[in-house]
Amino acid sequence: MVAIPYLFNEIERIFENTPLYVIVLEAFLLLSVIWLLLFKRNGRGKRYTKIEEEEIISKYEPEPLIAETDPNHPLLQTRLVQSKVGKRVVVDGHECLNLATHNYLGLLEDDKILEDACNTLKKYGVGSCGPRGFYGTMDVHLDLEERLAKFTGMEESVVYSYGFSTIASAIPAYAKRGDVIFADEMVNFAIQKGLDASRSTIYYYKHNNMADLERLLIEQQERDAKNPKKAAKTRRFLLAEGIYMNTGEICPLPELVALRAKYKLRLFLDESISFGTLGKTGHGLTEHFNVDLIEVDLIMAGMENSLATIGGFCVGSHFIVEHQRLSGLGYCFSASLPPLLTQAAISALDRFETEPQMFTQLQEISRNVQRIFGKFSKLKLRANELSPIKHLYIAEERENADEERELLIRIANKCITKGVAVIEARYLNNLEKHAIRQSIRITVNRLLTDTDIKHAFDVIESVSNEVL
Amino acid sequence: MGNLYGDNGGVVQEHQQNSDFVNYCNKMQGNLVADMSNCGSGDLRARKNGFKANETEAKPVNGCLKNCSTNSTTCQQAKGKVCPNSSQALLTPAKKLKELAEEHTTKTSFEEVPLHTACLTYLGFYLLMILGYINQLLFVPKVAKEENRDGYVTLYDAFESFYSRYVYRRVRDCWNRPICSVPGDEVTLKDRVTKDYGWSFQFTGTETRCLNLGSYNYLGFADAKGPCAEKSEKTAREMGLAMTSSRVELGTTQLHLDLEQLTARYLGVEDAIVFGMGFATNALNLPSLISPGCLVLSDEKNHASIILGLRLSGATTKVFKHNNMRDLERVLRHNVVHGNPKAGGKPWKKILILVEGVFSMEGSIVRLPEIIALKKKYKAYLYLDEAHSIGAMGPNGGGAVDYFGVDPNDVDILMGTFTKSFGSAGGYIAGSKRLIDYLRTNSHAHCYASSMSPPIAQQIYTSMSMIMGLDGTDTGRQKINQLARNTRYFRRRLAQMGVITYGHEDSPVVPMLVYLFSKIGAVVRTLTTRHIAVVGVGFPATPIMEGRIRYCLSAAHTKEQLDYALDVIDEISDTLGLKYSRKPREPNPIEY
Repeated sequence: MVAIPYLFNEIERIFENTPLYVIVLEAFLLLSVIWLLLFKRNGRGKRYTKIEEEEIISKYEPEPLIAETDPNHPLLQTRLVQSKVGKRVVVDGHECLNLATHNYLGLLEDDKILEDACNTLKKYGVGSCGPRGFYGTMDVHLDLEERLAKFTGMEESVVYSYGFSTIASAIPAYAKRGDVIFADEMVNFAIQKGLDASRSTIYYYKHNNMADLERLLIEQQERDAKNPKKAAKTRRFLLAEGIYMNTGEICPLPELVALRAKYKLRLFLDESISFGTLGKTGHGLTEHFNVDLIEVDLIMAGMENSLATIGGFCVGSHFIVEHQRLSGLGYCFSASLPPLLTQAAISALDRFETEPQMFTQLQEISRNVQRIFGKFSKLKLRANELSPIKHLYIAEERENADEERELLIRIANKCITKGVAVIEARYLNNLEKHAIRQSIRITVNRLLTDTDIKHAFDVIESVSNEVL
Repeated sequence: MGNLYGDNGGVVQEHQQNSDFVNYCNKMQGNLVADMSNCGSGDLRARKNGFKANETEAKPVNGCLKNCSTNSTTCQQAKGKVCPNSSQALLTPAKKLKELAEEHTTKTSFEEVPLHTACLTYLGFYLLMILGYINQLLFVPKVAKEENRDGYVTLYDAFESFYSRYVYRRVRDCWNRPICSVPGDEVTLKDRVTKDYGWSFQFTGTETRCLNLGSYNYLGFADAKGPCAEKSEKTAREMGLAMTSSRVELGTTQLHLDLEQLTARYLGVEDAIVFGMGFATNALNLPSLISPGCLVLSDEKNHASIILGLRLSGATTKVFKHNNMRDLERVLRHNVVHGNPKAGGKPWKKILILVEGVFSMEGSIVRLPEIIALKKKYKAYLYLDEAHSIGAMGPNGGGAVDYFGVDPNDVDILMGTFTKSFGSAGGYIAGSKRLIDYLRTNSHAHCYASSMSPPIAQQIYTSMSMIMGLDGTDTGRQKINQLARNTRYFRRRLAQMGVITYGHEDSPVVPMLVYLFSKIGAVVRTLTTRHIAVVGVGFPATPIMEGRIRYCLSAAHTKEQLDYALDVIDEISDTLGLKYSRKPREPNPIEY
């Protein structure tokens, strides 16, 4: 053991041999380290006494939890539906022809589907009382998943209990912080929320504009060239809707697929509207454009439109879809779809398979509506001719969006009193990523006859002439 | 009864009969506020329980109680310690709060993991991982490879896919088990086998009838027969299965409006709004309530839907220790005093405390009275997610709010789901008319998502009416009492056995700790062979060390069923070594 006096001597000698300024400097350094450790951390070095803290607390006045809502806000004026929303519907006491709800194939009124669903209710009760992982998986869920995979020709499918959450959960299951997503600027709100949740970098390309998309992709390539290390870890995704809810246009899938392959992107497609409406047998966009399924990585769709039930699904290869069973938040952490609604989807798929002529019928009617509704004198139609969703804009554009909305609300209200239920498309305008022009959104139902379409045209024409 | 104001039970009941519960609460509130001013500087600390990390500190201060001046008569009454309404006034609120906190602590069971178990758990987990890595080196199945995407950046995080393929797969058969019956008191499992070690399953064609301790069927409303199912079927036939439209377009029927009114009445608040999915209720409404520049204090055990909602909102989130009031107050105080560091110390726009009524993985009950006191003191807002507590807690089934007998208007935002106690699907948000009107004009789910399916809404309406006794029977009340009895009995028997359970003695969610990852699988499989269906929860849903089995009790269970389950659990706890508890055990038989 070293003798203690020797140690003291050593220390003394060190001090003797070191110049004074070094000691001063080192002492200063030590003090500033202590200061940094102790005081800097406590919020900009400010320290308050107990009394001061109490005073700050008593003076703290937070903003009110929520802002005051205008009692005349248009979203507070909801119309009351008093019947099944079939081809005909009773709205606020008026019996109307229904051109407003997304029951394109008219399966909501199908007795066989209803009967199957009621039988399921009598077997399983209403709710499933658990998430899929914890005894919420019923045999009907597995049946539906198998049927969907078989129908779409994909390896695997996964069923969610709500259409909105399907889309909003599927995207962030793959895209994470640091990844890059290219999306059409007119994507629906559910996709926008999925993009938000992914925390990836998002580039919006102009609506259906492939040149603009390619421009963004080239820019990305340049960025990647500058930082190849980062690029090797950045996943790239491409997001589009089959038929756009907000415009009624169809996305140019062949071009998207070509770009996807060229720039090594993964293509996610929201087919909420196009599933069960496009293609000879209702398979959707891939069938419509005759594109190989392998070109699309993931197809997501709500079951709340053509399938006329609740929920949503994703289909794709086993490699892709299986991942959602542990990582799709809306799948993992939500109660499963009530069995009767699951059965309704299975029975609707039965109808898809047994009556494939439904789809050509619907497309024919969509074309008819396009032809006839294109002739309004004061309203301008926008949509693809095959799309069951059509937007009617005011032909003479008003300066103010609120004014346009007012006019459209008046048109819709008057049409309803005259027996044609149409509705102005409703958005949370302040939250949409890109401004959407106010419109009346017409939906086409397979059960519409030529007389119905003619009648609807006459009513809307006369009302719009009156209002505008 | 399950009411913390035990000595005041008579008063509660009397007012219940007059269905004047809210008034009662308001009155209570008046007294409480008045009293608090008398003991403004009371600094109370909950006694530190020997076993526990849950500590509580509540310091009511004058500043938060400005209502006093407007309520001077009550104040004087309180000063004279004369209050004709309630004997409760003899206790000052600060003392009452302290007592409540202590009572909560004693009723909550928690035990530190024994050291050797902790070591073994980690060892076991690492062993699994090492085996997994060796397995991965030797054998990569076809499904683990992506086709036709050569040269693309890999889609998945390496650890994530490794974990799900080589660790989770070993016990994959314990989850996603298909059933083919009503998830009632009993449930029928479809048997399946795996021939490739969990990569895929085949059905054997046989079925196993099991006692159901896994579904969230708290009040036993999951039923294929009876008034609920009948009325739902009728509604389905009249109104169809879906609205194929959002609520603000053509998706609102009288049934939706009636359901919202009934929900508001049930909860004792002005208004309510309902949504088609419980998960979406949190995820799609939180972003419209808070924005960047707001601070959210979120319990560390909050549900994924809340976390997603917070992520979408862009608000700053700080997490406080689970149900730990001292930690909450520390974070709250620091943030009120120091403000938003990113905005140069300016005060936060608003502060929202976000908690659940009953935590689904912990089985604990929120310390609501203390949180309300804190929220008032620091002028924060309170969002209470009653997903697991609504219907299942409180003498009227009104959730944690009812259980503690607090004024529902003290909770700014009441949220809950219809999946569990009501045997249906969907969720609600309830509160002031102002709040609900705001949501009607700003909620993502209300504006864009599909409207609730009519038969689903009908199921909620019927079951809620029954709970409230509006059907003229006392079926609802019986169910509530049955659940409360089942819960206490089951929890006490488990504690007597010497297994470690977490959570409050009145919470129908009962997690039983088994720690080791492999034991989760062993317990779930063994119980299935004994015809009991339970849920196992492990990493990543819980910390690595805290693998557990979760029992969900139901009013549909009878004492005989519970006794059977308990006997089996007792037996397998011996063979599997689950009796970790070192607490003294109750020597006398537990009464039902």
